[in-house]
Amino acid sequence: MKYLHLVLSALLRRKTRTIFTLLSVLAAFLLFGLLDSVRSAFANAGHDIAGVDRLVTVSRISFTLSLPKSLLERIASTPGVAEVSYLYPEWQLSPAEREAFRNTRTGAVVGERLARKYQWKLGDKIPLQATIFPQKGGSNAWTFDLVGIFHENDPKQKDQEDVLFFNWDYFDEARAFGNGNVGWYVSRVSDRKMAARVAQAIDMLSVNSDHETKTQTEQAFQASFVSQFGDIGMIVGMIMSAVFFTLILLTGNTMAQAVRERVPEFAVLKTIGFSNRSVLLLVLAESVLLIVLGGAAGLLLAGVAVSALSVSIGGALPMLPVGAPIWARGLAIMVLIGLLVGSLPARRGMRLRIVDALAGR
Amino acid sequence: MNSLVEVSGVSKVYARGREQIEVLHHLDLQIPTGDFVALMGPSGSGKTTLLNLIGGLDVPTDGSITVGGERIDRLSEGALARWRAAHVGFVFQFYNLLPVLTARRNVELPLLLTRLSAAQRRRNADIALELVGLRDRSAHKPGELSGGQQQRVAIARAIVSDPTLLVCDEPTGDLDRQSAAEVLSLLQRLNREHGKTIIMVTHDPKAAEYASHTLHLDKGTLVEHGELPLP
Repeated sequence: MKYLHLVLSALLRRKTRTIFTLLSVLAAFLLFGLLDSVRSAFANAGHDIAGVDRLVTVSRISFTLSLPKSLLERIASTPGVAEVSYLYPEWQLSPAEREAFRNTRTGAVVGERLARKYQWKLGDKIPLQATIFPQKGGSNAWTFDLVGIFHENDPKQKDQEDVLFFNWDYFDEARAFGNGNVGWYVSRVSDRKMAARVAQAIDMLSVNSDHETKTQTEQAFQASFVSQFGDIGMIVGMIMSAVFFTLILLTGNTMAQAVRERVPEFAVLKTIGFSNRSVLLLVLAESVLLIVLGGAAGLLLAGVAVSALSVSIGGALPMLPVGAPIWARGLAIMVLIGLLVGSLPARRGMRLRIVDALAGR
Repeated sequence: MNSLVEVSGVSKVYARGREQIEVLHHLDLQIPTGDFVALMGPSGSGKTTLLNLIGGLDVPTDGSITVGGERIDRLSEGALARWRAAHVGFVFQFYNLLPVLTARRNVELPLLLTRLSAAQRRRNADIALELVGLRDRSAHKPGELSGGQQQRVAIARAIVSDPTLLVCDEPTGDLDRQSAAEVLSLLQRLNREHGKTIIMVTHDPKAAEYASHTLHLDKGTLVEHGELPLP
Protein backbone atom coordinates (compact mmCIF):
# COMPACT_ATOMS: atom_id res chain seq x y z
CA MET A 1 0.00 0.00 0.00
CA LYS A 2 2.88 2.37 0.68
CA TYR A 3 3.64 2.37 -3.05
CA LEU A 4 0.05 3.21 -4.03
CA HIS A 5 0.70 6.94 -4.37
CA LEU A 6 3.57 6.16 -6.73
CA VAL A 7 1.30 4.04 -8.92
CA LEU A 8 -1.54 6.56 -8.84
CA SER A 9 0.70 9.51 -9.59
CA ALA A 10 2.14 7.62 -12.55
CA LEU A 11 -1.38 7.12 -13.90
CA LEU A 12 -2.24 10.78 -13.40
CA ARG A 13 0.90 11.99 -15.13
CA ARG A 14 -0.88 12.31 -18.48
CA LYS A 15 -4.47 12.77 -17.50
CA THR A 16 -5.95 12.99 -21.00
CA ARG A 17 -4.24 9.81 -22.13
CA THR A 18 -5.31 8.01 -18.97
CA ILE A 19 -8.92 9.19 -19.34
CA PHE A 20 -9.14 8.00 -22.95
CA THR A 21 -7.56 4.67 -22.05
CA LEU A 22 -9.97 4.29 -19.12
CA LEU A 23 -12.88 5.02 -21.46
CA SER A 24 -11.69 2.31 -23.86
CA VAL A 25 -11.44 -0.19 -21.02
CA LEU A 26 -14.82 0.94 -19.70
CA ALA A 27 -16.44 0.40 -23.11
CA ALA A 28 -14.91 -3.06 -23.44
CA PHE A 29 -16.12 -4.19 -20.02
CA LEU A 30 -19.53 -2.58 -20.47
CA LEU A 31 -19.89 -4.78 -23.54
CA PHE A 32 -18.54 -7.75 -21.61
CA GLY A 33 -21.07 -7.18 -18.80
CA LEU A 34 -24.00 -6.96 -21.22
CA LEU A 35 -22.97 -9.93 -23.33
CA ASP A 36 -22.04 -12.10 -20.37
CA SER A 37 -25.40 -11.29 -18.84
CA VAL A 38 -27.10 -12.63 -21.98
CA ARG A 39 -24.75 -15.60 -22.23
CA SER A 40 -25.35 -16.49 -18.57
CA ALA A 41 -29.09 -16.23 -19.07
CA PHE A 42 -28.91 -18.67 -21.99
CA ALA A 43 -26.49 -20.96 -20.16
CA ASN A 44 -28.79 -21.08 -17.13
CA ALA A 45 -31.96 -21.49 -19.18
CA GLY A 46 -34.21 -24.01 -17.50
CA HIS A 47 -32.06 -24.27 -14.35
CA ASP A 48 -34.39 -22.03 -12.37
CA ILE A 49 -37.62 -23.57 -13.54
CA ALA A 50 -39.83 -23.94 -10.49
CA GLY A 51 -41.73 -27.04 -11.54
CA VAL A 52 -39.27 -29.89 -11.71
CA ASP A 53 -42.29 -32.16 -11.62
CA ARG A 54 -43.63 -30.80 -14.91
CA LEU A 55 -43.40 -32.38 -18.34
CA VAL A 56 -43.76 -30.67 -21.70
CA THR A 57 -45.06 -32.66 -24.65
CA VAL A 58 -44.36 -31.32 -28.16
CA SER A 59 -44.28 -32.74 -31.67
CA ARG A 60 -41.27 -35.03 -32.12
CA ILE A 61 -40.48 -33.35 -35.46
CA SER A 62 -40.56 -29.73 -34.30
CA PHE A 63 -42.18 -27.80 -31.51
CA THR A 64 -43.64 -25.53 -34.18
CA LEU A 65 -45.90 -28.34 -35.40
CA SER A 66 -49.27 -28.72 -33.70
CA LEU A 67 -50.65 -31.68 -31.79
CA PRO A 68 -54.30 -32.83 -31.77
CA LYS A 69 -56.53 -31.64 -28.95
CA SER A 70 -57.67 -35.25 -28.57
CA LEU A 71 -54.39 -36.03 -26.85
CA LEU A 72 -55.42 -33.98 -23.82
CA GLU A 73 -57.67 -36.57 -22.25
CA ARG A 74 -55.31 -39.41 -23.09
CA ILE A 75 -52.38 -37.62 -21.45
CA ALA A 76 -54.53 -36.74 -18.45
CA SER A 77 -55.44 -40.38 -17.99
CA THR A 78 -51.86 -41.64 -18.28
CA PRO A 79 -50.79 -43.25 -14.99
CA GLY A 80 -48.57 -40.87 -13.04
CA VAL A 81 -50.02 -37.68 -14.58
CA ALA A 82 -51.70 -35.56 -11.90
CA GLU A 83 -52.89 -32.68 -14.05
CA VAL A 84 -52.64 -31.19 -17.56
CA SER A 85 -52.87 -27.41 -17.50
CA TYR A 86 -51.41 -24.11 -18.63
CA LEU A 87 -52.01 -22.19 -15.42
CA TYR A 88 -48.87 -22.56 -13.34
CA PRO A 89 -49.29 -22.76 -9.56
CA GLU A 90 -46.36 -20.35 -8.96
CA TRP A 91 -48.31 -17.57 -10.63
CA GLN A 92 -50.11 -15.58 -7.97
CA LEU A 93 -53.65 -15.24 -9.32
CA SER A 94 -56.63 -14.79 -7.00
CA PRO A 95 -59.21 -17.62 -7.01
CA ALA A 96 -61.83 -15.17 -8.28
CA GLU A 97 -59.70 -14.15 -11.23
CA ARG A 98 -58.81 -17.77 -11.94
CA GLU A 99 -62.51 -18.60 -11.94
CA ALA A 100 -63.32 -15.59 -14.16
CA PHE A 101 -60.72 -16.75 -16.62
CA ARG A 102 -62.24 -20.22 -16.81
CA ASN A 103 -65.76 -18.85 -17.21
CA THR A 104 -65.11 -16.01 -19.69
CA ARG A 105 -64.73 -17.31 -23.22
CA THR A 106 -62.96 -14.16 -24.41
CA GLY A 107 -61.12 -13.80 -21.10
CA ALA A 108 -57.37 -13.23 -20.82
CA VAL A 109 -54.92 -13.02 -17.94
CA VAL A 110 -51.65 -11.08 -18.13
CA GLY A 111 -48.57 -10.74 -15.99
CA GLU A 112 -48.23 -7.74 -13.71
CA ARG A 113 -45.22 -6.35 -15.60
CA LEU A 114 -47.01 -6.47 -18.94
CA ALA A 115 -50.15 -4.87 -17.44
CA ARG A 116 -48.00 -2.10 -15.95
CA LYS A 117 -46.20 -1.55 -19.25
CA TYR A 118 -49.46 -0.96 -21.17
CA GLN A 119 -51.38 0.45 -18.17
CA TRP A 120 -54.02 -2.26 -18.46
CA LYS A 121 -56.52 -2.82 -15.67
CA LEU A 122 -59.16 -5.47 -15.03
CA GLY A 123 -62.15 -5.08 -17.34
CA ASP A 124 -60.12 -3.58 -20.18
CA LYS A 125 -60.61 -4.88 -23.67
CA ILE A 126 -57.28 -5.84 -25.22
CA PRO A 127 -57.12 -5.79 -29.01
CA LEU A 128 -54.44 -7.94 -30.65
CA GLN A 129 -53.45 -8.01 -34.30
CA ALA A 130 -52.73 -11.60 -35.38
CA THR A 131 -49.78 -12.29 -37.63
CA ILE A 132 -50.39 -16.03 -38.12
CA PHE A 133 -53.95 -16.90 -37.26
CA PRO A 134 -56.78 -14.86 -38.84
CA GLN A 135 -60.40 -15.28 -37.75
CA LYS A 136 -62.82 -17.23 -39.91
CA GLY A 137 -64.23 -13.97 -41.27
CA GLY A 138 -60.77 -12.97 -42.47
CA SER A 139 -60.15 -10.39 -39.78
CA ASN A 140 -56.80 -10.40 -38.05
CA ALA A 141 -58.15 -8.47 -35.08
CA TRP A 142 -58.73 -10.43 -31.86
CA THR A 143 -60.22 -8.80 -28.80
CA PHE A 144 -59.90 -10.19 -25.29
CA ASP A 145 -61.38 -9.18 -21.95
CA LEU A 146 -58.82 -8.76 -19.18
CA VAL A 147 -60.12 -10.77 -16.23
CA GLY A 148 -56.95 -11.42 -14.25
CA ILE A 149 -53.48 -10.05 -13.51
CA PHE A 150 -50.99 -12.47 -12.02
CA HIS A 151 -47.59 -11.87 -10.50
CA GLU A 152 -44.55 -14.04 -10.10
CA ASN A 153 -42.86 -14.09 -6.70
CA ASP A 154 -39.49 -15.39 -7.85
CA PRO A 155 -37.37 -12.38 -8.96
CA LYS A 156 -35.46 -14.65 -11.37
CA GLN A 157 -38.69 -15.54 -13.12
CA LYS A 158 -40.03 -12.00 -13.46
CA ASP A 159 -39.93 -12.28 -17.25
CA GLN A 160 -42.85 -14.71 -16.88
CA GLU A 161 -44.92 -11.61 -16.16
CA ASP A 162 -44.46 -10.46 -19.73
CA VAL A 163 -46.99 -12.90 -21.18
CA LEU A 164 -50.70 -12.89 -21.97
CA PHE A 165 -52.84 -16.02 -21.82
CA PHE A 166 -56.29 -16.49 -23.37
CA ASN A 167 -58.66 -19.40 -23.60
CA TRP A 168 -57.88 -21.98 -26.25
CA ASP A 169 -61.58 -22.83 -26.79
CA TYR A 170 -62.42 -19.29 -27.97
CA PHE A 171 -59.34 -19.13 -30.17
CA ASP A 172 -59.92 -22.59 -31.67
CA GLU A 173 -63.54 -21.91 -32.56
CA ALA A 174 -62.81 -18.60 -34.22
CA ARG A 175 -59.56 -19.22 -36.07
CA ALA A 176 -59.58 -19.85 -39.82
CA PHE A 177 -57.33 -22.93 -39.85
CA GLY A 178 -55.55 -25.41 -37.67
CA ASN A 179 -58.64 -26.12 -35.62
CA GLY A 180 -58.52 -28.89 -33.08
CA ASN A 181 -54.78 -28.58 -32.62
CA VAL A 182 -52.63 -27.25 -29.80
CA GLY A 183 -48.99 -26.24 -29.65
CA TRP A 184 -47.87 -28.30 -26.67
CA TYR A 185 -49.13 -29.84 -23.46
CA VAL A 186 -47.83 -29.21 -19.97
CA SER A 187 -48.55 -31.94 -17.45
CA ARG A 188 -47.69 -32.37 -13.80
CA VAL A 189 -46.56 -35.75 -12.55
CA SER A 190 -47.69 -37.03 -9.17
CA ASP A 191 -44.17 -38.27 -8.33
CA ARG A 192 -41.18 -36.48 -9.82
CA LYS A 193 -39.08 -39.66 -9.51
CA MET A 194 -41.44 -41.21 -12.04
CA ALA A 195 -41.07 -38.35 -14.54
CA ALA A 196 -38.94 -40.29 -17.04
CA ARG A 197 -41.27 -43.26 -17.03
CA VAL A 198 -44.38 -41.05 -17.36
CA ALA A 199 -42.76 -39.13 -20.25
CA GLN A 200 -42.11 -42.40 -22.01
CA ALA A 201 -45.73 -43.48 -21.42
CA ILE A 202 -47.07 -40.22 -22.87
CA ASP A 203 -44.90 -40.60 -25.98
CA MET A 204 -46.14 -44.17 -26.39
CA LEU A 205 -49.67 -42.75 -26.84
CA SER A 206 -48.77 -41.37 -30.27
CA VAL A 207 -46.15 -43.82 -31.40
CA ASN A 208 -46.42 -44.72 -35.10
CA SER A 209 -49.03 -41.97 -35.62
CA ASP A 210 -48.71 -38.84 -37.76
CA HIS A 211 -48.21 -36.78 -34.61
CA GLU A 212 -45.52 -38.56 -32.65
CA THR A 213 -44.54 -36.65 -29.53
CA LYS A 214 -41.46 -35.89 -27.53
CA THR A 215 -42.02 -35.45 -23.82
CA GLN A 216 -39.33 -34.09 -21.55
CA THR A 217 -39.04 -32.23 -18.30
CA GLU A 218 -39.76 -28.53 -18.48
CA GLN A 219 -36.12 -27.81 -17.62
CA ALA A 220 -34.84 -29.92 -20.54
CA PHE A 221 -37.46 -28.38 -22.83
CA GLN A 222 -36.33 -24.84 -21.95
CA ALA A 223 -32.70 -25.76 -22.47
CA SER A 224 -33.34 -27.33 -25.88
CA PHE A 225 -35.55 -24.38 -26.83
CA VAL A 226 -32.75 -21.95 -26.03
CA SER A 227 -30.18 -24.05 -27.88
CA GLN A 228 -32.12 -23.34 -31.10
CA PHE A 229 -30.69 -19.80 -30.95
CA GLY A 230 -27.27 -21.26 -31.60
CA ASP A 231 -24.21 -21.49 -29.39
CA ILE A 232 -24.57 -18.17 -27.57
CA GLY A 233 -21.50 -18.89 -25.46
CA MET A 234 -19.36 -19.31 -28.55
CA ILE A 235 -20.75 -16.20 -30.24
CA VAL A 236 -20.22 -14.08 -27.11
CA GLY A 237 -16.77 -15.61 -26.68
CA MET A 238 -15.78 -14.68 -30.22
CA ILE A 239 -17.04 -11.11 -29.91
CA MET A 240 -15.31 -10.62 -26.56
CA SER A 241 -12.07 -12.15 -27.85
CA ALA A 242 -12.01 -9.55 -30.62
CA VAL A 243 -12.84 -6.75 -28.18
CA PHE A 244 -10.22 -7.82 -25.63
CA PHE A 245 -7.60 -8.37 -28.31
CA THR A 246 -8.10 -4.77 -29.46
CA LEU A 247 -8.03 -3.62 -25.85
CA ILE A 248 -4.74 -5.44 -25.24
CA LEU A 249 -3.15 -3.73 -28.26
CA LEU A 250 -4.45 -0.33 -27.19
CA THR A 251 -3.55 -0.48 -23.51
CA GLY A 252 -0.30 -2.30 -24.29
CA ASN A 253 0.72 0.61 -26.47
CA THR A 254 -0.30 3.08 -23.76
CA MET A 255 1.72 1.26 -21.11
CA ALA A 256 4.75 0.92 -23.39
CA GLN A 257 4.63 4.65 -24.08
CA ALA A 258 4.16 5.46 -20.37
CA VAL A 259 7.20 3.41 -19.40
CA ARG A 260 9.33 4.69 -22.28
CA GLU A 261 8.71 8.26 -21.12
CA ARG A 262 9.77 7.41 -17.58
CA VAL A 263 12.96 5.46 -18.19
CA PRO A 264 15.10 8.10 -16.40
CA GLU A 265 12.72 8.01 -13.43
CA PHE A 266 12.96 4.25 -13.16
CA ALA A 267 16.72 4.68 -13.30
CA VAL A 268 16.50 7.08 -10.36
CA LEU A 269 14.35 4.64 -8.41
CA LYS A 270 16.87 1.90 -9.03
CA THR A 271 19.71 4.25 -8.12
CA ILE A 272 18.25 4.95 -4.70
CA GLY A 273 17.82 1.25 -4.04
CA PHE A 274 14.62 -0.03 -5.64
CA SER A 275 15.26 -3.57 -6.79
CA ASN A 276 14.52 -4.88 -10.28
CA ARG A 277 11.57 -6.75 -8.81
CA SER A 278 10.16 -3.59 -7.20
CA VAL A 279 10.28 -1.76 -10.53
CA LEU A 280 8.64 -4.73 -12.27
CA LEU A 281 5.85 -4.83 -9.68
CA LEU A 282 5.32 -1.05 -9.85
CA VAL A 283 4.71 -1.17 -13.59
CA LEU A 284 2.51 -4.26 -13.34
CA ALA A 285 0.50 -2.66 -10.53
CA GLU A 286 0.03 0.47 -12.66
CA SER A 287 -1.15 -1.60 -15.59
CA VAL A 288 -3.53 -3.77 -13.53
CA LEU A 289 -4.92 -0.72 -11.71
CA LEU A 290 -5.60 1.04 -15.01
CA ILE A 291 -7.57 -1.93 -16.34
CA VAL A 292 -9.37 -2.65 -13.06
CA LEU A 293 -10.49 0.98 -12.65
CA GLY A 294 -11.87 1.17 -16.19
CA GLY A 295 -13.24 -2.37 -16.10
CA ALA A 296 -15.03 -1.93 -12.77
CA ALA A 297 -16.64 1.25 -14.04
CA GLY A 298 -17.70 -0.65 -17.16
CA LEU A 299 -19.24 -3.49 -15.16
CA LEU A 300 -21.05 -1.04 -12.86
CA LEU A 301 -22.50 0.64 -15.91
CA ALA A 302 -23.41 -2.75 -17.39
CA GLY A 303 -25.31 -3.55 -14.18
CA VAL A 304 -27.34 -0.37 -14.53
CA ALA A 305 -27.87 -0.96 -18.26
CA VAL A 306 -29.03 -4.56 -17.73
CA SER A 307 -31.57 -3.43 -15.12
CA ALA A 308 -32.85 -0.73 -17.44
CA LEU A 309 -32.95 -3.03 -20.48
CA SER A 310 -34.73 -5.80 -18.57
CA VAL A 311 -37.53 -3.37 -17.76
CA SER A 312 -37.74 -1.81 -21.22
CA ILE A 313 -37.50 -4.91 -23.43
CA GLY A 314 -39.00 -7.36 -20.96
CA GLY A 315 -38.37 -11.00 -21.75
CA ALA A 316 -37.59 -10.37 -25.42
CA LEU A 317 -33.88 -10.84 -24.64
CA PRO A 318 -33.05 -12.91 -21.58
CA MET A 319 -30.47 -11.17 -19.37
CA LEU A 320 -29.20 -12.10 -15.93
CA PRO A 321 -28.36 -9.31 -13.47
CA VAL A 322 -24.64 -8.42 -13.38
CA GLY A 323 -24.03 -10.32 -10.17
CA ALA A 324 -21.13 -11.98 -8.39
CA PRO A 325 -20.33 -14.60 -11.05
CA ILE A 326 -20.06 -11.98 -13.83
CA TRP A 327 -18.00 -9.71 -11.55
CA ALA A 328 -15.69 -12.60 -10.66
CA ARG A 329 -15.15 -13.47 -14.31
CA GLY A 330 -14.74 -9.78 -15.20
CA LEU A 331 -12.19 -9.14 -12.45
CA ALA A 332 -10.20 -12.21 -13.44
CA ILE A 333 -10.09 -10.99 -17.05
CA MET A 334 -9.12 -7.47 -15.90
CA VAL A 335 -6.20 -8.75 -13.84
CA LEU A 336 -5.12 -11.06 -16.65
CA ILE A 337 -5.19 -8.28 -19.26
CA GLY A 338 -3.45 -5.91 -16.83
CA LEU A 339 -0.63 -8.39 -16.28
CA LEU A 340 -0.42 -9.15 -19.98
CA VAL A 341 -0.19 -5.56 -21.18
CA GLY A 342 2.13 -4.59 -18.33
CA SER A 343 4.54 -7.47 -18.71
CA LEU A 344 6.64 -6.20 -21.61
CA PRO A 345 6.97 -2.58 -20.37
CA ALA A 346 7.62 -3.92 -16.87
CA ARG A 347 10.43 -6.10 -18.17
CA ARG A 348 11.91 -3.09 -19.90
CA GLY A 349 11.77 -1.08 -16.67
CA MET A 350 13.24 -3.95 -14.72
CA ARG A 351 16.12 -4.63 -17.08
CA LEU A 352 17.27 -1.10 -17.77
CA ARG A 353 20.89 -0.37 -16.89
CA ILE A 354 21.04 2.57 -14.52
CA VAL A 355 24.12 4.21 -16.02
CA ASP A 356 22.76 3.95 -19.56
CA ALA A 357 19.33 5.27 -18.58
CA LEU A 358 20.79 8.17 -16.61
CA ALA A 359 23.05 9.02 -19.53
CA GLY A 360 20.01 9.00 -21.85
CA ARG A 361 21.32 6.02 -23.85
CA MET B 1 42.07 8.51 9.26
CA ASN B 2 40.22 5.37 8.12
CA SER B 3 39.48 5.04 4.43
CA LEU B 4 35.82 4.89 3.62
CA VAL B 5 36.44 4.22 -0.05
CA GLU B 6 39.25 2.05 -1.37
CA VAL B 7 39.61 1.67 -5.11
CA SER B 8 42.29 -0.78 -6.06
CA GLY B 9 43.54 -1.56 -9.56
CA VAL B 10 40.16 -0.69 -11.08
CA SER B 11 39.70 -0.78 -14.83
CA LYS B 12 36.48 -0.24 -16.72
CA VAL B 13 36.05 -1.24 -20.31
CA TYR B 14 32.98 -0.44 -22.39
CA ALA B 15 32.14 -2.09 -25.66
CA ARG B 16 31.03 0.27 -28.39
CA GLY B 17 30.09 -1.98 -31.26
CA ARG B 18 33.17 -4.11 -31.83
CA GLU B 19 35.43 -1.53 -30.28
CA GLN B 20 36.57 -1.89 -26.68
CA ILE B 21 37.05 1.41 -24.87
CA GLU B 22 39.01 1.41 -21.64
CA VAL B 23 37.61 4.32 -19.61
CA LEU B 24 39.58 3.69 -16.41
CA HIS B 25 43.10 2.18 -16.31
CA HIS B 26 44.18 0.31 -13.19
CA LEU B 27 43.13 3.11 -10.94
CA ASP B 28 44.03 3.21 -7.22
CA LEU B 29 42.35 5.63 -4.84
CA GLN B 30 41.55 5.97 -1.16
CA ILE B 31 39.09 8.43 0.28
CA PRO B 32 39.05 8.88 4.05
CA THR B 33 35.83 8.92 6.05
CA GLY B 34 34.47 12.45 6.38
CA ASP B 35 36.32 13.77 3.34
CA PHE B 36 34.86 16.08 0.70
CA VAL B 37 36.52 15.29 -2.58
CA ALA B 38 36.10 17.13 -5.85
CA LEU B 39 36.74 15.00 -8.92
CA MET B 40 37.77 17.06 -11.92
CA GLY B 41 38.96 16.42 -15.40
CA PRO B 42 38.09 16.92 -19.04
CA SER B 43 35.04 15.33 -20.66
CA GLY B 44 35.58 11.62 -21.24
CA SER B 45 38.26 11.38 -18.57
CA GLY B 46 36.23 8.82 -16.60
CA LYS B 47 34.96 11.02 -13.73
CA THR B 48 31.35 9.91 -13.91
CA THR B 49 32.38 6.31 -14.53
CA LEU B 50 34.48 6.34 -11.38
CA LEU B 51 31.66 7.97 -9.43
CA ASN B 52 29.20 5.34 -10.70
CA LEU B 53 31.54 2.55 -9.65
CA ILE B 54 32.05 3.99 -6.15
CA GLY B 55 28.29 4.55 -5.83
CA GLY B 56 27.56 0.95 -6.80
CA LEU B 57 25.69 1.88 -9.99
CA ASP B 58 28.12 -0.04 -12.15
CA VAL B 59 30.71 -2.75 -11.66
CA PRO B 60 34.37 -2.61 -12.63
CA THR B 61 35.83 -4.79 -15.36
CA ASP B 62 38.83 -5.42 -13.17
CA GLY B 63 40.04 -4.51 -9.68
CA SER B 64 38.21 -4.09 -6.42
CA ILE B 65 36.11 -1.41 -4.75
CA THR B 66 35.60 -1.44 -1.02
CA VAL B 67 33.24 1.02 0.64
CA GLY B 68 32.83 1.01 4.40
CA GLY B 69 34.61 -2.33 4.54
CA GLU B 70 32.33 -4.00 1.99
CA ARG B 71 33.62 -5.31 -1.36
CA ILE B 72 30.83 -3.88 -3.47
CA ASP B 73 32.26 -5.18 -6.75
CA ARG B 74 31.39 -8.69 -5.56
CA LEU B 75 27.77 -7.97 -4.64
CA SER B 76 24.90 -9.31 -6.70
CA GLU B 77 22.57 -6.85 -8.38
CA GLY B 78 19.93 -7.19 -5.65
CA ALA B 79 22.48 -6.92 -2.84
CA LEU B 80 24.01 -3.89 -4.51
CA ALA B 81 20.58 -2.21 -4.66
CA ARG B 82 20.08 -2.86 -0.94
CA TRP B 83 23.59 -1.59 -0.22
CA ARG B 84 22.95 1.63 -2.16
CA ALA B 85 19.67 2.17 -0.31
CA ALA B 86 21.44 1.89 3.04
CA HIS B 87 24.77 3.58 2.44
CA VAL B 88 24.77 6.03 -0.48
CA GLY B 89 22.93 9.21 -1.36
CA PHE B 90 22.95 10.42 -4.96
CA VAL B 91 22.72 13.96 -6.33
CA PHE B 92 22.51 14.46 -10.10
CA GLN B 93 23.14 17.42 -12.36
CA PHE B 94 19.51 17.61 -13.50
CA TYR B 95 18.05 16.87 -10.03
CA ASN B 96 16.12 13.83 -11.34
CA LEU B 97 13.11 14.41 -9.13
CA LEU B 98 9.83 12.71 -9.98
CA PRO B 99 7.75 15.55 -11.46
CA VAL B 100 4.39 14.13 -10.35
CA LEU B 101 5.36 13.93 -6.67
CA THR B 102 5.58 16.77 -4.18
CA ALA B 103 8.93 17.71 -2.68
CA ARG B 104 8.06 15.76 0.48
CA ARG B 105 7.03 12.66 -1.50
CA ASN B 106 10.25 12.88 -3.50
CA VAL B 107 12.31 13.06 -0.34
CA GLU B 108 10.36 10.17 1.14
CA LEU B 109 11.20 7.85 -1.77
CA PRO B 110 14.30 6.17 -0.26
CA LEU B 111 12.38 5.65 2.99
CA LEU B 112 9.79 3.51 1.18
CA LEU B 113 12.48 0.83 1.19
CA THR B 114 12.69 0.89 4.99
CA ARG B 115 10.30 -0.40 7.63
CA LEU B 116 9.43 3.08 8.85
CA SER B 117 5.76 3.91 9.28
CA ALA B 118 4.09 6.52 7.09
CA ALA B 119 4.21 9.04 9.94
CA GLN B 120 7.91 8.39 10.57
CA ARG B 121 8.68 8.68 6.88
CA ARG B 122 6.86 11.97 6.73
CA ARG B 123 8.65 13.25 9.83
CA ASN B 124 12.08 12.27 8.51
CA ALA B 125 11.32 13.83 5.12
CA ASP B 126 10.32 17.07 6.85
CA ILE B 127 13.55 17.05 8.89
CA ALA B 128 15.60 16.61 5.70
CA LEU B 129 13.69 19.41 4.00
CA GLU B 130 14.23 21.59 7.06
CA LEU B 131 17.93 20.89 6.83
CA VAL B 132 18.06 22.14 3.24
CA GLY B 133 15.85 25.12 4.08
CA LEU B 134 12.78 24.03 2.14
CA ARG B 135 10.39 22.87 4.85
CA ASP B 136 7.86 25.47 3.69
CA ARG B 137 7.96 24.15 0.11
CA SER B 138 7.27 20.52 1.00
CA ALA B 139 3.88 20.47 -0.74
CA HIS B 140 5.23 21.91 -3.97
CA LYS B 141 5.94 19.83 -7.01
CA PRO B 142 9.34 20.14 -8.75
CA GLY B 143 7.81 22.20 -11.56
CA GLU B 144 6.83 24.82 -8.99
CA LEU B 145 10.39 25.17 -7.65
CA SER B 146 13.48 26.95 -9.01
CA GLY B 147 16.49 24.96 -10.17
CA GLY B 148 18.38 25.66 -6.96
CA GLN B 149 15.41 24.64 -4.85
CA GLN B 150 14.97 21.44 -6.86
CA GLN B 151 18.61 20.57 -6.32
CA ARG B 152 18.20 21.17 -2.59
CA VAL B 153 15.19 18.82 -2.60
CA ALA B 154 17.40 16.29 -4.39
CA ILE B 155 20.01 16.73 -1.64
CA ALA B 156 17.31 16.24 1.00
CA ARG B 157 16.34 13.00 -0.79
CA ALA B 158 19.99 11.95 -0.81
CA ILE B 159 20.46 12.45 2.93
CA VAL B 160 17.05 11.39 4.26
CA SER B 161 18.11 7.83 4.95
CA ASP B 162 21.29 9.11 6.63
CA PRO B 163 23.82 7.52 4.26
CA THR B 164 27.54 7.50 4.96
CA LEU B 165 28.49 8.59 1.48
CA LEU B 166 27.11 11.23 -0.86
CA VAL B 167 28.01 11.03 -4.53
CA CYS B 168 27.22 14.13 -6.53
CA ASP B 169 27.52 14.27 -10.31
CA GLU B 170 27.89 17.90 -11.41
CA PRO B 171 25.40 19.09 -8.78
CA THR B 172 25.78 22.73 -9.83
CA GLY B 173 26.12 22.14 -13.57
CA ASP B 174 22.60 23.36 -14.29
CA LEU B 175 22.46 26.22 -11.77
CA ASP B 176 23.22 29.94 -11.80
CA ARG B 177 26.12 31.09 -9.69
CA GLN B 178 24.08 32.11 -6.65
CA SER B 179 22.06 28.90 -6.54
CA ALA B 180 25.26 26.95 -7.12
CA ALA B 181 26.90 28.70 -4.15
CA GLU B 182 23.89 27.82 -1.96
CA VAL B 183 24.00 24.17 -2.98
CA LEU B 184 27.76 23.95 -2.49
CA SER B 185 27.52 25.61 0.92
CA LEU B 186 24.86 23.10 1.84
CA LEU B 187 27.08 20.21 0.78
CA GLN B 188 29.97 21.71 2.73
CA ARG B 189 27.77 22.01 5.81
CA LEU B 190 26.65 18.38 5.44
CA ASN B 191 30.30 17.42 5.29
CA ARG B 192 31.51 19.55 8.17
CA GLU B 193 28.56 19.44 10.55
CA HIS B 194 27.08 16.05 9.78
CA GLY B 195 30.22 14.18 8.86
CA LYS B 196 29.06 13.05 5.44
CA THR B 197 31.74 11.85 3.09
CA ILE B 198 31.17 13.53 -0.24
CA ILE B 199 32.55 12.79 -3.67
CA MET B 200 31.61 15.44 -6.19
CA VAL B 201 32.26 15.44 -9.92
CA THR B 202 32.58 18.96 -11.28
CA HIS B 203 33.98 20.92 -14.18
CA ASP B 204 33.87 24.13 -12.24
CA PRO B 205 37.05 25.10 -10.32
CA LYS B 206 34.94 27.46 -8.18
CA ALA B 207 32.80 24.52 -7.10
CA ALA B 208 35.89 22.45 -6.40
CA GLU B 209 37.03 25.12 -3.95
CA TYR B 210 34.31 24.02 -1.58
CA ALA B 211 35.85 20.55 -1.36
CA SER B 212 38.73 19.70 0.94
CA HIS B 213 40.56 17.75 -1.77
CA THR B 214 40.59 17.79 -5.54
CA LEU B 215 41.44 14.79 -7.67
CA HIS B 216 42.18 15.16 -11.36
CA LEU B 217 41.46 12.45 -13.85
CA ASP B 218 42.71 12.38 -17.41
CA LYS B 219 42.18 9.54 -19.87
CA GLY B 220 41.14 7.22 -17.09
CA THR B 221 44.15 7.84 -14.90
CA LEU B 222 44.50 9.82 -11.72
CA VAL B 223 47.03 12.51 -12.58
CA GLU B 224 47.18 14.75 -9.58
CA HIS B 225 46.09 14.98 -5.96
CA GLY B 226 45.68 18.54 -4.83
CA GLU B 227 44.94 19.76 -1.36
CA LEU B 228 43.18 23.06 -1.60
CA PRO B 229 42.69 25.70 1.04
CA LEU B 230 39.17 25.79 2.45
CA PRO B 231 37.11 28.74 1.15
